[in-house]
Amino acid sequence: MSEIDLVPLQPAIERYIPLGRSGLLPALHAAQKIYGWLPETVASEIAKRLRVPLADVHGVIEFYSMFYNKPVGKKIIRVCTDQACALKNADGLLNHLCAHHGIEPGQTTGDLSLTIEASPCLGLCEQAPVALVDEAAETNISPNFKNYELGIPRSITYGPLRILTANCGHGTTSLKTYGEYAGLKKAKTLNCIEVIEEVKASGLIGRGGAAFPTGIKGEGAERAIGNQKYVVCNADESEPGTFKDRVLLNDDPHRVIEGMCITAYAVGATKGYIYIRGEYPYIVPVLENALQEARDAGHLGGHFDIEIRVGAGAYICGEETALFESIEGKRGFPRVKPPFPTTYGLFGEPTVINNVETLCNLPLILTEGAQGYRKYGTEKSPGPKLFCVSGDVARPGLYEVSFGVTMRELIDLAGGVANGKKLQAVLLGGAAGAFATGDHLDIKLTFEDLRGAGLPLGSGVVLVYDETRDMRDALQRIGHFFAHESCGKCYPCQIGTRRQMEILDRVADRRVDSGDFIRLQDIGWTMTDASICGLGQTAASAVLSAMKLWPELFMESNDIPMENKEGKGKKTTKPSKKVAEKVSAKKPVKAKTVKKTTGKKTTKKVVKTTKPKAKKSTTKKSTARKTAKKR
Amino acid sequence: MTETITLTIDGQEVTTEAGKTILEVAREMGKDVPTICYHEATTSNAVCRLCVVEVEGQRVLQPGCIVKAGAGMKVQTRSERVTRSRRTILEMLSSTMDLSEAGDIQSMMYDYGASSSRFPDAQRRESDVKDDNPMYIRDYSKCLLCWRCVQVCAEDAQYTFAINFEGRGFETQIATFFDKPIPETTCVMCGQCVGVCPTGALKPKREFLLESGKSPAEISVMNTGKKQRKPR
Repeated sequence: MSEIDLVPLQPAIERYIPLGRSGLLPALHAAQKIYGWLPETVASEIAKRLRVPLADVHGVIEFYSMFYNKPVGKKIIRVCTDQACALKNADGLLNHLCAHHGIEPGQTTGDLSLTIEASPCLGLCEQAPVALVDEAAETNISPNFKNYELGIPRSITYGPLRILTANCGHGTTSLKTYGEYAGLKKAKTLNCIEVIEEVKASGLIGRGGAAFPTGIKGEGAERAIGNQKYVVCNADESEPGTFKDRVLLNDDPHRVIEGMCITAYAVGATKGYIYIRGEYPYIVPVLENALQEARDAGHLGGHFDIEIRVGAGAYICGEETALFESIEGKRGFPRVKPPFPTTYGLFGEPTVINNVETLCNLPLILTEGAQGYRKYGTEKSPGPKLFCVSGDVARPGLYEVSFGVTMRELIDLAGGVANGKKLQAVLLGGAAGAFATGDHLDIKLTFEDLRGAGLPLGSGVVLVYDETRDMRDALQRIGHFFAHESCGKCYPCQIGTRRQMEILDRVADRRVDSGDFIRLQDIGWTMTDASICGLGQTAASAVLSAMKLWPELFMESNDIPMENKEGKGKKTTKPSKKVAEKVSAKKPVKAKTVKKTTGKKTTKKVVKTTKPKAKKSTTKKSTARKTAKKR
Repeated sequence: MTETITLTIDGQEVTTEAGKTILEVAREMGKDVPTICYHEATTSNAVCRLCVVEVEGQRVLQPGCIVKAGAGMKVQTRSERVTRSRRTILEMLSSTMDLSEAGDIQSMMYDYGASSSRFPDAQRRESDVKDDNPMYIRDYSKCLLCWRCVQVCAEDAQYTFAINFEGRGFETQIATFFDKPIPETTCVMCGQCVGVCPTGALKPKREFLLESGKSPAEISVMNTGKKQRKPR
């Protein structure tokens, strides 16, 4: 311990000391850049300088998966094994890499040169499979793992509309190209109430997933009384399958900044924060540069300025109050609501927190006017909308459309299901969303139509699974995702996500226990009803939707009601038929399935701490076999 | 002078002072609303969710310990949704940690028909007893993360900040800085954490030793190195 040199730490954390506890995450990031991890003496020094209790610093390091209090490799490769990447053999990629370096996922090589980890969704789904290599994105990795792109990821944008994405697809747009902040200029010709009224009249609904009317939020914060008001841009985009904010932030940062400036003007905020997820490190310099450009042009400065905060691997920090806690230098525990952020937000002050895409709509509303804005979309879901289309489609990418297109139209735009296969399912809205099937294809992707069909729009995820996919695998990954990301504050989610994962493991291994269906339902409803925040309340959403669509998957064969089993019952013909189809479709790709299963087991090991011994040896053997094959 | 409000709880109309929580009002009416993390002396964080109630017009259940009773509210303290959540939470708890010394929770389980074997092959949270100081032991196999110890160690009482959390989600545990033994932390041995622990996870050292079969004389030797004082 004593050989750790604290001298380089001082200058690195100097600028965060005046921030006090709020400087904790930035200071830990800065320290980890120097040492590669956070040794005790370093954590202790940071605690002393920032005047934060030691135990609290330890608690914060322990909370975020990208902070390490044990030595890790000089280089860290995080292989995404979430939904979209899994469909592109991410498990194979992870195993290949690990076998090549002689380690297991989650381990570090003996010479401390490399750590390889499985990662939750990295937000690069349209270019799957992907990995994050230190601060660079490794995308479009070829099936033989030999070819890939490394660096700042490309932006792949399509769709009939190019409004929000007008400047996307050609790298970062400079302020010079973006031009003057026309929306902000227009806003300043109005008073703050008029700006808020305009946004309210536009009918803009938040695009982060909770679907709250943006204008109402602004109104609440404008009326609230506080010493200082804040505008926060929620760029902690972590919902599996979502990558729209990454594209917007990287390619058109000034649209986001202008949206924040308009909000600040409307509510009287003097300070802004962009909280960006730790998995997007390559966007941080882009944002820093854009903020400087905006400062030089006078858009930012004394009256209103913006600071960047970088997360460190915690999905929960996308929850608005957990995000505030994180900015304040704490573990990302969601707060009890009410009070709501508009009256008691960041540092206890009135705060408007909006998603990146939501903010990008504001300049448009101001320049076009509410009525002009309403030319796009439907009465209840006005405006343009970005959809993150990935998985088994011919052309995955970010699609900008008017609200009102159907799922079928959107999937057709993306070239249909890849390789001429049939559609089996669509995961709408991400892991916190729900599964839809071919029966839902003609539903319009609007807030109102989806709500009517009992489906969420969420963050605009449309993740397609073709007929050959084993939905048990997708469900197992959802189970592991939530168990990994639950913050652990409230009991329903803290334990429920774990119990749900255990049952979904059984489902995936086809060793369902009698009674698992009811157990899963009880856990799901309890999490939905009794959890403290949106994470817990939606942690069972996709699973419960799958239980409705494919009840057989969750039952022992002798538990399945007769009409289901025969596949000829009146009500349940469809799901059963599909299962039958799936089973038959699986035969030709048997070899592939075997490969996938071994990979899955290894992935599982990363998340789970204990594992039956028998399995371990199989995993090792199969990994070894595969390496041999490679050679 | 104090404002009064009227609301309905389980079909019964009740008039009370404004500003009270649903839990307070319901308990004043003699209703049995179970709680685990709630403690009069600590800030309510609505962590255990046992006190959830159904409030008409609300999408999800509301924690009674923090939601204020409001005029015209229609509250159900034991609806089907409420009992399902309470039962499932209790079952999940008993599948996770050792509740053998949590009598209150055991009676809640009986009350809600919660089965302790509801979740087969469930991973439990187990850890060795941490016996690193002369005053108290920490047995985190019994800890259900009510947060009270962390709270009294911090702003709710002592401002000592010796303990916080480690891990996340199911793996969360109460911990000191880099898991240091208690004497190497800022702990002042005030004992407040032991006082608020509902499950016996934190226990006075003497009680622990007596339970593990040591006689008072043996304990005295352990403490002082000398035999018990002779009666004068």
